[in-house]
Amino acid sequence: MKLNRRAFIGTGAAAAAALSAPHARSASHGGKPKVIVIGGGAGGATAARYLMKDGKGEIDVTLIEPSRMYYTCFFSNLYIGGVRDFETLGHDYGGLAKAGVNVVHDMAVGIDRDTKQVTIASGAKLPYDKLVLAPGIDFVEGAVPGWSVAAQNKMPHAYKGGSQTQLLKAQLEAMPEGGTFAMIAPPNPYRCPPGPYERVSMVANLLSNINPTAKIIIADPKDKFSKQALFQEGWGRHYDGMIDWIGPEFGGGNVSVDPDAMTVTIDGEVTEVDACNVIPAMKAGHICEIAGVTEGNWAPVDGAGMVSKADPDVHVLGDSSAQGDMPKSGFSANSQAKVAAMAIRGELLGSKVFPAKFSNTCWSLIAPDDGVKVGASYAATPEKIAKTDGFISQTGEDAALRKATYEESVGWYEGITSDMFGSS
Amino acid sequence: MLTLRERPRNGAARMFRGRPRGQARGGGWGVSPGDMARVKNSEQGKTGMKRMLSWGLAAMAGPFLCVNLSVTGALAETETQAIGDPEHGAEVFEYCSGCHQVGAGAENGIGPQLNGIFGRTAGTIAGFSYSKGLVREGRNGMVWDLKHLDAYLENPKALVSDTRMSFDGLETQEERNDVMAYLRQFSDNPQNIPEAQPTVRKQEVELPPEILALVGDPEYGEYLASECTTCHQIDGNYDGIPSIIAWPSDDFVVAMHAYKRKIRPHPVMQMMAGRLTDEEIAALAAYFGALE
Repeated sequence: MKLNRRAFIGTGAAAAAALSAPHARSASHGGKPKVIVIGGGAGGATAARYLMKDGKGEIDVTLIEPSRMYYTCFFSNLYIGGVRDFETLGHDYGGLAKAGVNVVHDMAVGIDRDTKQVTIASGAKLPYDKLVLAPGIDFVEGAVPGWSVAAQNKMPHAYKGGSQTQLLKAQLEAMPEGGTFAMIAPPNPYRCPPGPYERVSMVANLLSNINPTAKIIIADPKDKFSKQALFQEGWGRHYDGMIDWIGPEFGGGNVSVDPDAMTVTIDGEVTEVDACNVIPAMKAGHICEIAGVTEGNWAPVDGAGMVSKADPDVHVLGDSSAQGDMPKSGFSANSQAKVAAMAIRGELLGSKVFPAKFSNTCWSLIAPDDGVKVGASYAATPEKIAKTDGFISQTGEDAALRKATYEESVGWYEGITSDMFGSS
Repeated sequence: MLTLRERPRNGAARMFRGRPRGQARGGGWGVSPGDMARVKNSEQGKTGMKRMLSWGLAAMAGPFLCVNLSVTGALAETETQAIGDPEHGAEVFEYCSGCHQVGAGAENGIGPQLNGIFGRTAGTIAGFSYSKGLVREGRNGMVWDLKHLDAYLENPKALVSDTRMSFDGLETQEERNDVMAYLRQFSDNPQNIPEAQPTVRKQEVELPPEILALVGDPEYGEYLASECTTCHQIDGNYDGIPSIIAWPSDDFVVAMHAYKRKIRPHPVMQMMAGRLTDEEIAALAAYFGALE
């Protein structure tokens, strides 16, 4: 029996887009329809690759990304913990270029949605029919009193992959014997919900090996966090006595820092620290504000095609978007990118558009070979992207299962990075 | 310097000093190539293996004894025992039998059948879709002898860099020797293959014939597949998550329904398969099955 595709899409939310005639065949520019993707991470690189692959040469795809080498934020904690080499986190754009994507290593600095043009730092103006914004996150200014990006070398955020990650690790390694590391954890919503706590786990693993009497303090404005029971159990098992978590009940939300003095003030009490990781409150990448598609800190989208609520020709992917229930993660961005690429292709070329399906899984490493995961599936509803099903690792799992979970996460890393960047 | 020491310690700040508690829960891949890759490290996998053995060995042990009484059997026994213990090898082979059959009537499945493996040039069974790596090694003249099989079983990717065999390898020389001794019984003299039951696995889920007969739409499968390729690499590469390309359609469909019905325990796959319709599973089987 052949699947009846027409009957199938007839029931789908995106049927209208699928059945309408292609209307955007680059009326304004002539030639092939043009898509510009801003940001070459899990959302942007995936979108560019799928538009190129599935557009079969009918779409002109440009990716604007300042870095020539992309260092993933996901798995960067494993480098900090000493279980992965930094080089394994780096990926170039050769595979995308080879696939036909026009990779422009420059910064997008202006967007004119009326004339549909993107201005890059070099001054060039690039026209588009569809624009994809996938810039990841930026930090809310003044979120942690005393800290700004000007102080990020003294107190790194290490929440964008690359040199910040290396810097934080170097500072941890330089801590005096028995010294103190502090993390200022961010308020919701933020990139990678279990990320700060995986990081603490990996910092503890590193310090257990090189500086076992060191202490770790987490000041946290949240009274609960992702995979809390799993981290709680793991910290007790692997790093007993090393980690103090200070929640809002004990003033964890009332924090300021002094990067010059290397002090952290929690609820009025000043503590000298030897290394400090400030992860401030987050907002959509700045280019979303420039484009005028944000409301508050984030860019609202309609989940069916990740379409900006401010402009039907702008799609926002990943961390920058406000879409509903999906966590801000590389997996989510990758999942959303495929839905957006399909919707864009449908509009530009009249190709079939199937109903959006989304999924996410976040693996975290608590200690070497002690991996846990949480995941869910999602569907687009008129209100938001809504969770439909989910699972989480359990406390008390045996070591073999935890090891298998970790090994699975390594497989996932190889999978998603080749899904993002193709093969170069 | 740690003034924090003076703050009350009976509350949240203390909460992470707890000890492990709770109970173990399932979560391996289930019976698939991926499982087999993990089975060696997994208590849960061992349980699964014992369960399989309860019917698998009953079928196999008898015929071996008969064969060993014959002249050719005695020869085979001498040779195989020089390698290792074929009976233990039969148990070890349970790691492999999710994908490979051996014995009378063995057919190609997710992996090629293994009768006559000794002395065969790599990647040369007609009708099986090999990875580029195995075809390349075969073209280079690699023959499956003890040395090469041992290296392959120890670390498949080290010998054949882009093999699709989703298996991390057998760590101990003893396990490798035993499984080679077992396989050798089906290779010494191919026209005298012991009359053992083929190691075909009992279907994990009983599927109505109309579900297996569904012909999937590969174009729809290609769209749906984009959700799979976040983890499963499209070129069939294995780095800890199994290759799922070029599988026989029935194997793919059975595996997905086994996840959907929560017979296979892996939670991610249960969730993924759980929201796929029969047609969607067929579409994925058609798309991935046609990939090389």
